[in-house]
Amino acid sequence: MSDKVISVHNLVKKFGSFVANDHLSFEVYRGEIFGFLGANGAGKTTTIRILSGLSKPTSGEVMVAGYDAHKEPEMIKKNIGYMCQKFSLYEDLTVKENIMLYGGIYGMKKQLIRDRTHSLLERLQFEEYGDRLIAALPLGLKQKLAFSVAVLHEPKIVFLDEPTGGVDPVTRRQFWEMIYETAARGITVFVTTHYMDEAEYCDRVSIMNEGKIQALDTPAALKQQYNARSIEEVFIRIARPAKQ
Amino acid sequence: MKRFLVFVKKEFLHIFRDVRTMIILFLIPGALILLFGFVVSNDLKNATVSFLDLSNDEMTQKLSDKICSSGFFQRGENLSSYQEIDPALRGNKIKAVIIFEKDFSRKLIGEGKATVNIITDGSEPNMATMATNYISAIIADFNSDLAGKGATATLLVQPEVRMFYNPSLKGQHMFVPGVITLIMILICALMTSITITREKEFGTMEALLVSPLKPVQIILGKIVPYFILSFVDVIIILLLSRYVFDLPVKGSIILLLAESMLYILMSLSLGILVSTVSKTMQQAIFISLVGMMLPTILLSGFIYPIENMPKIYGWISAILPPRYFIIIIKNVMIKGTGFLYVWKETLILLIFTIAAIGISMRKFNIRLQ
Amino acid sequence: MTAKNIISVRDLNKSYGPVKALEAISFDVREGEIFGFIGPDGAGKTTLFRIITTLLLPDHGTVTALGLDCVKDFRELRNNIGYMPGRFSLYMDLTVEENLNFYATVFGTTVKENYDLIADIYSHIEPFKNRPAGKLSGGMKQKLALSCALIHKPALLVLDEPTTGVDAVSRAEFWEMLKKLKKYNITILVSTPYMDEAMQCDRVALIQGGRIMSVDQPERLSEGFTRKLFSVVASEKYKLITALREYPLTHSAYPFGESLHVTFRDDRYDDSLLDFLESKGVSGVTIEETLPGIEDRFLELMQKS
Repeated sequence: MSDKVISVHNLVKKFGSFVANDHLSFEVYRGEIFGFLGANGAGKTTTIRILSGLSKPTSGEVMVAGYDAHKEPEMIKKNIGYMCQKFSLYEDLTVKENIMLYGGIYGMKKQLIRDRTHSLLERLQFEEYGDRLIAALPLGLKQKLAFSVAVLHEPKIVFLDEPTGGVDPVTRRQFWEMIYETAARGITVFVTTHYMDEAEYCDRVSIMNEGKIQALDTPAALKQQYNARSIEEVFIRIARPAKQ
Repeated sequence: MKRFLVFVKKEFLHIFRDVRTMIILFLIPGALILLFGFVVSNDLKNATVSFLDLSNDEMTQKLSDKICSSGFFQRGENLSSYQEIDPALRGNKIKAVIIFEKDFSRKLIGEGKATVNIITDGSEPNMATMATNYISAIIADFNSDLAGKGATATLLVQPEVRMFYNPSLKGQHMFVPGVITLIMILICALMTSITITREKEFGTMEALLVSPLKPVQIILGKIVPYFILSFVDVIIILLLSRYVFDLPVKGSIILLLAESMLYILMSLSLGILVSTVSKTMQQAIFISLVGMMLPTILLSGFIYPIENMPKIYGWISAILPPRYFIIIIKNVMIKGTGFLYVWKETLILLIFTIAAIGISMRKFNIRLQ
Repeated sequence: MTAKNIISVRDLNKSYGPVKALEAISFDVREGEIFGFIGPDGAGKTTLFRIITTLLLPDHGTVTALGLDCVKDFRELRNNIGYMPGRFSLYMDLTVEENLNFYATVFGTTVKENYDLIADIYSHIEPFKNRPAGKLSGGMKQKLALSCALIHKPALLVLDEPTTGVDAVSRAEFWEMLKKLKKYNITILVSTPYMDEAMQCDRVALIQGGRIMSVDQPERLSEGFTRKLFSVVASEKYKLITALREYPLTHSAYPFGESLHVTFRDDRYDDSLLDFLESKGVSGVTIEETLPGIEDRFLELMQKS
């Protein structure tokens, strides 16, 4: 459990004189489900962009999947997966076409894509949906498929952006079970969200505010520390004084 | 009334805060007029002319030298037969061919008159007209030179003009009426349909529908600002054409402005109509562009004369309101005719307008679909 | 309890083509209460609210609000409802103040006249009154939209997912504001996909797939849970959940935050459970009985239907 897949030390990101990330330091381990919380504008998006190789840090050490964010952002991109709720699948392509496309983007061999497609559809009990357009699938199925596609190339880390917002409680649980299963296989799941109830499902949670990480621990420990019943309460205690 | 006014004020704020809207409203009309105007009118410097000199004597030498030293024309390659005229003009470098008939000097002195044929490329109507006008003027000057020399008073060189490709010169001075027609469709139909669908897309329409505002107030509130601004545009275009291109309105200005108002109103109602059938801005833009702008450009007689079109396009153009407005504005602006000559077209426009307003009021949904 | 009904819906049906958006919906909302509709996306919340706010026509059934028929009397009703659609109905290119003034005038009132009603909410955004609405944060947009929906002092306020896409702090503030509105005797109908927000309402309807599954006070709703519920924790969640499902006496097991929520066939478990889990390679397990929440009840109702 203790291999580090993300290790950030004194990360600073500035836009002109605005400090979006102010000396962040944290580590994320292999097979961990890590919740990355923060209000809008807390600096979350900036950090994610750096961690996924889209943006370079101003200073500080950032290692993701064994690669340096300063020097090897392209290698980072190859070793991560990404899923956001709205923009992962092409609505006008079929399930199989989407999988083929995604596998192709990550340079996977045709045969490998075919094998994985097969096992993926089987695991999700999706066989009958293979040739359907994404647009025709219910939201819950789309979400599960988007997640499976994001880990198709067996990345070391998968980033999820508000993965279960708005779905019904049953679908949501099925989705979390998929996440558990993926994490159990050794893939690190990095969840960013501002829905606090999603945070409760994570192994560890960090709460960001005004460019800094204000708290980082397991949900249970955080609740105890802040004497709160939910992560939402913890979050409000941390974010509110700063807001006023 | 207060509700209505606050709605109109809001629309004006939307317009004035959006750079793109402001560009479409105020920069594009001016730019289009200047663009068309300069492309069409400013080319007559050192235009190349070729001569087919069938007599090649002293007089023809003199006249051709005079033409080429005027500053407006320069001498192109000399032709030696009629067969060479068509390829020369098609080559596009030569704007006109001037033909001196056989035995030019002998006829001029013996019979008192001789003929110069001027052949111009009618597919560029403005260019062609200007070239013939200038050449005719130079020949007239040449005539008075001859007269001044005390030779026979009846001595006369007669220019005979022929246009190739577009013999009746349709399209002459068409650009101002054309641009007004096009701009009004662009601003009125496109912009109003966008503003309404934008409210649908951003969800503000829901809030408006749940308010005490009546559909009539919403529609009129959308129409009024664009009506005013489009009218300002018409005036800007007319001023530009008067003072930059020396194209004054020959007929009644009041009549022209009144007809423009009618046409603006019609275009606005078309825009509202488009917005009632489209759910998104994209759809509204698509319908306005493909359904209105393109036909206006291609089929209304703006660029291509309706008489020269295959019949089927002629029929299609009969149901396009811009076609009638172009006739009206051309008559009033260029020919200087009065209302009596355009009442039929005006009536047709009026019917279109009433129909469009009627249908859009009816189609405007007081609920969501 | 004898307060009069502000909204009354009977046997309401609405379809979009073959898709049934709402089926046999009946409920009443009493004067002055905060009535919540809780359910996931696509449950039919927005359709229902649009019918009540006269924006859509029902296929079947009767819908009245404020004593007026939502189909026939739509004009009069529109004067008295404050509606905040899911996408905050703000003009993003107009400033905060211009938005508010616009809605005030459209509803035939002025900001001054009803300022006391919105003062508490609007004061949060008043410092930014010259900023275009599009440049506000999600929480501030939400407050502005609420101010705009309230400015004509409506007797009924309809809020469609007002807290979606807004951060936790703003959400908490928002509910506090709604509660303060009670003193003006404004009835509030609100929808949300978040189960945890049910507790903020006086009464709640759980809605799923176009049907109301249950209507009650939030505390009573969770009491409706029929079994004993146990919270099970172990470090390896995936192994735990797989093993629990294989255990013959398990009735249901699903992830719930940090733990798993489990029910057993006879509402109890014995030592054989721990042995069984141990044999599956799951160790360090703690089990304790826990109180069911709205979400547990929602899950139970979903599985029954």
